[in-house]
Amino acid sequence: MNGFDWNAAGDALPLLLKGFEVTLLATVLGTLVAAVLGLAIAVAGRAPSRWVTVPVRVVMEFIRSTPLLVQLVGAAALFSSVEPLTIGIVVLGVHYATYTSEVYRAGIDGVPKGQWEACRALSLGPRRTWQAVILPQAVRNVLPALGNYAISMFKETPFLAVITVQEMVFEARKYGADHFAYTEAFTLAGLVFLVASYPTSLLMRKLEKRLGH
Amino acid sequence: MATEPLPLQKPAAAAPRDAVPATAPRAAPETGPPLVRFDDVVKRYGDHVVLDRLNFSVRRGEHVTLIGPSGSGKTTILRLLMTLEKVSDGVIWVDGSPLSHVAAPDGSLKPASEKHLREARKKIGMVFQQFNLFPNMNVLRNITEAPVNVLGMDRAEAEDRARELLDLVGLSGKIDAHPSQLSGGQQQRVAIARALAMRPEILLLDEVTSALDPELVAGVLDLLSDIARNTDITMVCVTHEMNFARDVSKKVLMFDAGHVVESGPPEKIFSDPEHERTRAFLDAVL
Repeated sequence: MNGFDWNAAGDALPLLLKGFEVTLLATVLGTLVAAVLGLAIAVAGRAPSRWVTVPVRVVMEFIRSTPLLVQLVGAAALFSSVEPLTIGIVVLGVHYATYTSEVYRAGIDGVPKGQWEACRALSLGPRRTWQAVILPQAVRNVLPALGNYAISMFKETPFLAVITVQEMVFEARKYGADHFAYTEAFTLAGLVFLVASYPTSLLMRKLEKRLGH
Repeated sequence: MATEPLPLQKPAAAAPRDAVPATAPRAAPETGPPLVRFDDVVKRYGDHVVLDRLNFSVRRGEHVTLIGPSGSGKTTILRLLMTLEKVSDGVIWVDGSPLSHVAAPDGSLKPASEKHLREARKKIGMVFQQFNLFPNMNVLRNITEAPVNVLGMDRAEAEDRARELLDLVGLSGKIDAHPSQLSGGQQQRVAIARALAMRPEILLLDEVTSALDPELVAGVLDLLSDIARNTDITMVCVTHEMNFARDVSKKVLMFDAGHVVESGPPEKIFSDPEHERTRAFLDAVL
């Protein structure tokens, strides 16, 4: 084993950063999907009809009980004409939505009963009750937890390489294979992950403290 | 504290429901038909019977206070009237219509839909023990939210009215504050303004001073006495505050174990109660 080849590392960096753009894009869009879909699932879970709540539960259990990797490969095979990055974003988003929906659920449960009663006493309709009163309070309660899921999703984007999305780890492996410099490429990729996610989680912790009631 | 003229009287044809011909003429409290009538109302939680075939009525413009030991079902009565809970049996009538039922073509009464309930509760407002202001909105939005979104009031008009009401409750300076920046007493005043903004015919007050620091209680009681004196709003109050019962209400109902034990004007009940149960209760609280 040779020592760490600094030249190779410097050489790989531009490629990795190009891959990092894809990683970032997948994370941001995937988080968006997870945030919106998770909210929809949480609200649907409170629907008065079982025809809504039971199917939602079944699909959620299915998604949560199978590995992300299997879902990615399965979706890529099923929708082979769709661009891999799109599939990756949707699968990541849907997978995480099953978790963020639980976070939202907790946030909604955390809104005091008196808030619902005040809405009823004022004759506010269900739409207005959710929109103006319940969700703003619920989301505020869970913002830090959602942020943590975004960071966790960020660190799982390398799975997308399996369905040929050219994100950062895909590029690292390619560079490693071409120049036989795996150590350098992967170390550097790891550093980029660290540099990006550590400050973000610090920021989340700060946000958590500020929102703490 | 009240500045006159009080902006509480309903202007003719202001709220949408005033556009509908009134079903009953505005009668003097002593003679008109009851505005609220509990007709053999039963409320059970599982096996526990809270209200057992309760009958009582409140006339338009009357200010009634419900007193009685904890667990006697007083708050449950308000919660049923606000349709926060459903009756187990019996019917509550408001202004001649069943509150949480609709009449079927054959004359029988069926439980009403949520939509019907939302319509029915527009006549009724409630102030809660824990205020229940919306913490994510400032004071102004707290007051205007329902008039704008439920009554369809113009936002500018709703805000003008909110300012008048804030003036009435003595909080003109707090219009932009958030509930968390207000004291308990101030929050309760905003909650009172918020309830009045919907121009309710019936105002329910559920232990509205219980959560307040002692030095803040008097101000809120004064405000409610003012409102009672200067409006035709029918008030039903639950309280442990006997001064409140004396100052605000014309009629006191003593409850025990889901029944009305005794009722009458406050002077009578407080100085010369007929029932042993009432006497024991008053001895304990006064």
